Amino acid sequence: MGNRVIEVSHLTKSFNGALAVNDVSFSVEEGEILGLLGPNGAGKTTLIQMMLGLVTPTAGEIRILGLDLETGREEILNQVNFSSTYVSMPTSLTLRENLMVFAKLYGVRRPAARIDALLDVFEIRRLKNTLTRNLSSGQLTRLSLIKSLLNEPKILFLDEPTASLDPDIADKTRTLLRSIRDRNRLTLLYTSHNMKEMEEISDRIIFLHQGKVLATGTPSEILDLFREKNLEDVFLKVARGGHPS
Amino acid sequence: MKLYRIAALIQRHLYLYKRSLPRMTEIFFWPLLDLMLWGFVTLYLRNFRQDLPKFATFFLGALILWDILYRAQQGISVSFLEEVWSKNLLNLFVSPMRPSELLAALMSISVFKLLMAGGVSALLAWFFFSFNLFVLGISLLPFVLNLMLMGWAIGIVTMASILRYGQEAEVMAWGLAFLVQPISAVFYPVSVLPAWLQPLALMVPASHIFEGMRAVVETGAIPATSLLKATLLNLVYLALAIYFFYRNLRIVKIKGLLMRSGTE
Repeated sequence: MGNRVIEVSHLTKSFNGALAVNDVSFSVEEGEILGLLGPNGAGKTTLIQMMLGLVTPTAGEIRILGLDLETGREEILNQVNFSSTYVSMPTSLTLRENLMVFAKLYGVRRPAARIDALLDVFEIRRLKNTLTRNLSSGQLTRLSLIKSLLNEPKILFLDEPTASLDPDIADKTRTLLRSIRDRNRLTLLYTSHNMKEMEEISDRIIFLHQGKVLATGTPSEILDLFREKNLEDVFLKVARGGHPS
Repeated sequence: MKLYRIAALIQRHLYLYKRSLPRMTEIFFWPLLDLMLWGFVTLYLRNFRQDLPKFATFFLGALILWDILYRAQQGISVSFLEEVWSKNLLNLFVSPMRPSELLAALMSISVFKLLMAGGVSALLAWFFFSFNLFVLGISLLPFVLNLMLMGWAIGIVTMASILRYGQEAEVMAWGLAFLVQPISAVFYPVSVLPAWLQPLALMVPASHIFEGMRAVVETGAIPATSLLKATLLNLVYLALAIYFFYRNLRIVKIKGLLMRSGTE
């Protein structure tokens, strides 16, 4: 570790005067898995969207892979990717067609081979000529994850990536993400409402509440801080107005 | 701009058309229906009065040319709506794709659509009604190009509005072009409009094109002034439309509306 790939300083976002993100600063090291945690409305989605250039910050600075997001957008987005349960893909296209479009959009070399390899990893190669509209929600999630890995990103933003997966595939997905991290020094920024998953996969957690960083640390440090036995209890405590002890 | 990214975006829509019969028929069905309607009207007028002015029998030409404008506009706005409907916008905007590349891809798709629709309409008009669009000669090319530019300008304004206001603005994709049709001199000259409406009509590039088309049919001469006015107006409107798109994109990012457009 040691190489900071994400640096967020004094990031603030207000919508019509209401603060969604309030003076948030943090950094993420190369190869780190950072979990973003917080109740609904805590500012997680807004924070991720700002880091992906989808939302313009009201104040503050975002540097990714050493580049300023505002001026280096294209270069940054070439090296990062994003997957969310809430974002879909054209349903009238087959899996292979959808992935081919995105592979070409990211300038992937030998896209067919890359797609086949990822379809194998996620165990859906048999579906490659199936129309996307005929996939189950779990298969759609896997498609979205494959899309997010097409360009061999250095940083991956994952918004509830395992929400629609059964426990077996969800576990395999987490194992896979960790193995890619270990092999490629992939950095992961992860949100989930599955507290067990967050505890298991995150190297470090940032706990957001009402747009502010409430606590940050390894999962065990967070538990110590709130004097709770698991992240679920921490989450409930925060959601119901509690603070670190 | 990167050509491979534009090509990827075009390919996404070609995949869609390859597979979707409703989308393919949508390109041909309405032009065919209009063609039949106006073709029979033209036949009827021919039988009724043999000495009608030439342009009265040019309804079919006007129709085919209007459809070029409409298809150019739809090629942009409906193709963009396809991304909204499929909740794919966020995937595109988190990719390295530049907005200018999206515009270039949608413009290319609109060329594909208008060539398909225009080509088939011209062929059917010739086959069923012995009408030859190519009597317009070399002036056909600048006419088509200008109508395409105007279609693009309307399409980009529609797209920018959908981006900003979400699917509530969807109706513009089908209605906005028809809003200017009454003052576009498609089927009648600007001179038949009320005096107060005529200056407004002259602000519409299409009205110069259709007036020019009638002049070619009547006199055979290429109306250079009409073409010049249409081109200048189109360039101004296209520049304004592109500015409107970038301005809306900036506002959408400030207001955090992309997530809504991308997932609603």
